[in-house]
Amino acid sequence: MDAIILQILNGLDKGSAYALIALGLTLIFGTLGVVNFAHGALFMVGAFVAVTVQKLFSLSYIEIDETRTDFLGNPLKVEMPYIDHWFGSATGAWMQDWSVPLSILVVVPFMFLVGFVLERGLIKHFYKRPHADQILVTFGLAIVIGEIIKALYGANPIQTPPPSAFLGTVDVGVMLGFEPNAIAYPTWRMVYFAFSAVIIACVFAFLQFTTFGMVVRAGMADRETVGMLGIDIDKRFTFMFGLAAAVAGMAGVMYAPILSPHYNIGMDFLVLSFVVVVVGGMGSLPGAVLAGFMLGILQSFASMNEVKALIPGIDQIIIYLVAIIILLTRPRGLMGRKGVMEE
Amino acid sequence: MSKSNFTRRGVMKTGAVTSAGLMLPTYLRAENHTGFTNAPQGDTVKFGFNVPQTGPYADEGLDELRAQELAVEHLNGIGDGGMLNTFSSKVLDGTGVLGKKVEFVTGDTQTKSDVARASAQSMIQKDGCIMITGGSSSGVAIAVQGLCQEAGVIFMAGLTHSNDTTGKDRKRNGFRHFFNAYMSAAALTPVLEKVYGTDRRAYHLTADYTWGWSQQESMAASTEAIGWETVQNVLTPVGAGDFSSYIAPVLNSGADILVLNHYGGDMVNSLTQAIQFGLKDKQVNGKNFEIIVPLYSELMAAGAGSNIQGVYGSMNWNWQLQDAGTAAFTKSFGEKYGFPPSGAAHSCYVQTLLYADAVTRAGSFNPCAVVEALEDFDFDGMGNGPTSYRGADHQCFKDVLVMKGTEAPTSAYDTLEIVEVTPRAQVEYDSEHPMFAGGDLGACNPGA
Repeated sequence: MDAIILQILNGLDKGSAYALIALGLTLIFGTLGVVNFAHGALFMVGAFVAVTVQKLFSLSYIEIDETRTDFLGNPLKVEMPYIDHWFGSATGAWMQDWSVPLSILVVVPFMFLVGFVLERGLIKHFYKRPHADQILVTFGLAIVIGEIIKALYGANPIQTPPPSAFLGTVDVGVMLGFEPNAIAYPTWRMVYFAFSAVIIACVFAFLQFTTFGMVVRAGMADRETVGMLGIDIDKRFTFMFGLAAAVAGMAGVMYAPILSPHYNIGMDFLVLSFVVVVVGGMGSLPGAVLAGFMLGILQSFASMNEVKALIPGIDQIIIYLVAIIILLTRPRGLMGRKGVMEE
Repeated sequence: MSKSNFTRRGVMKTGAVTSAGLMLPTYLRAENHTGFTNAPQGDTVKFGFNVPQTGPYADEGLDELRAQELAVEHLNGIGDGGMLNTFSSKVLDGTGVLGKKVEFVTGDTQTKSDVARASAQSMIQKDGCIMITGGSSSGVAIAVQGLCQEAGVIFMAGLTHSNDTTGKDRKRNGFRHFFNAYMSAAALTPVLEKVYGTDRRAYHLTADYTWGWSQQESMAASTEAIGWETVQNVLTPVGAGDFSSYIAPVLNSGADILVLNHYGGDMVNSLTQAIQFGLKDKQVNGKNFEIIVPLYSELMAAGAGSNIQGVYGSMNWNWQLQDAGTAAFTKSFGEKYGFPPSGAAHSCYVQTLLYADAVTRAGSFNPCAVVEALEDFDFDGMGNGPTSYRGADHQCFKDVLVMKGTEAPTSAYDTLEIVEVTPRAQVEYDSEHPMFAGGDLGACNPGA
């Protein structure tokens, strides 16, 4: 039983990332009708915002310590962080420790800006082009962004630890009535799941309970009629592109301590997130979230030794296998709407 | 009625032109003149450095490349000469190899066998390389070694640790300086016995390719021999990134040891995630839960940060050794790049020098002459103490290092400490040992 609960927690954790990326993809597809293959790259850029903030907080000047030597026997060059110098060592150490959560303050406006520039500068020219053209240009864009990150940060994963307060594990077992330490789960992964739930709830509340959100939903249902009412729906859709980019960015920042960021991390998630979107139903926000968590949990269960002993390699193909079964039985996905991508 | 234009003179002319045309490509290939592939023409000779510059083993690959470039500088008489000053063989004098200046081309294997083969093929066919060196994955090394055997060039393996490289997949044209999984287990297990005792239950997470299989087999065999029980072995895909689904079952498996048969970025991720799951703080069977990383590198240790502290593993070489060869190489590398070299860098540097030395001693770039010069070659001054290239399987034999993650680091480079220098005699084995059996070096292929 404890093994099953552990895999459910694992699945929720993975599913959180899939759901957040798929939510952004669906927002863009639902509003702008664009199949955005660069969305994984936006997730990756978000993760590298966390890396950048960490590096900025670690920027140092050199002091020579004549009393110690380096590996070549020369006087030791000691790196002294500027933030320690400016804010005192206690505040400086706290800022370095909390660099990942503090990155959220940077990533939201930054990713909004990136989303705005991408949409106005490139994506808008492909609104009336076939989906194949959109896929090609956004996939190309993802490669370009990946190569820029590689040129700036190198090809290797960069460790981005969570605040020390979130190291260690939460004894989930005790909460569920098990013996102490029977089910311990990493604290930061619990934080990630809670963070994702809050972001998803905020996006849904924004669309459901604000006038802006109501107009956007109306535009998603019938763009032309909303336009005829004198509402500039394009501006709102551009904002939604920025919002989707910000959601992807936040997902990336918070995921950085779980999986060390590298230039290809977006591609790893992109393919799976597209499967999630298709399984959830093209254009369906609740479908994307539901499918994200469902496929995350299934993937975790497929990694169990007992399951792999029955069907070797199942953990590598489970998501695609389930996608095939769902699409054969429900061609529009779990919650797909009639008419979306069916012309 | 048709009229035939055939004449005896016409047939002879056409035949002569066709024959000449067919023979021309063969005539233009250098080996036709010299008897081996890519015989150097002019006053230069070209080496091919085929390393992973991207992918899960990119850190190691890029460090290998730095060391290979340094070796070329030293061979061409640039810089302080590094290990040329301490090498027991004194035929290299900084004037290139057999009077030819050394040039090189580089390739990115991406840690993928097919990409690595394509890259090596291009180096041999397009760039005219006489020797290929590199690799940071046994899958890649075995694939490229096979290609070099077919093409008739020498392969000086870089970082490859699977028993198979000089076991069932050994080739006459291929040589490995790096140690192997069997040697790691043979060096590490007595130390583990001393520190953790004989009553332990081990859970293995294993990279799903030749190196992982062979590392797991070696560790399981040697630890079971001292009384440990292997609870489970789970194969994980290379580059999996998130290992949480594989680590979660360890928690309640009854194991009190986790053996991570992972390397490079995979090891950094799996170790970090194992620590995040609280494994090192756990008590199982009345004992502290422990993690073991059989194959270490400084780059992995740096990537894993404080997670590596107190974790045991093994290495082929470490810059903290006190011999003259190590000091010379560390100084050259450190002054050029600003940080100490990794074990992978050391092996590739040494391999490049050993090849140049063998060519010089043989007096020829002919691969078969180089093979003869390297087989059963004894040398010293390269950082590992007295070392031999065994002729029977082309495996180098030398001391092995047992390492531990430094508990209280004093600098960015103080990540690992040497626990023991295991003498060579303790890690030696018969070339037909069951873990290495089934291979055949075959005949040397000069490529002509």
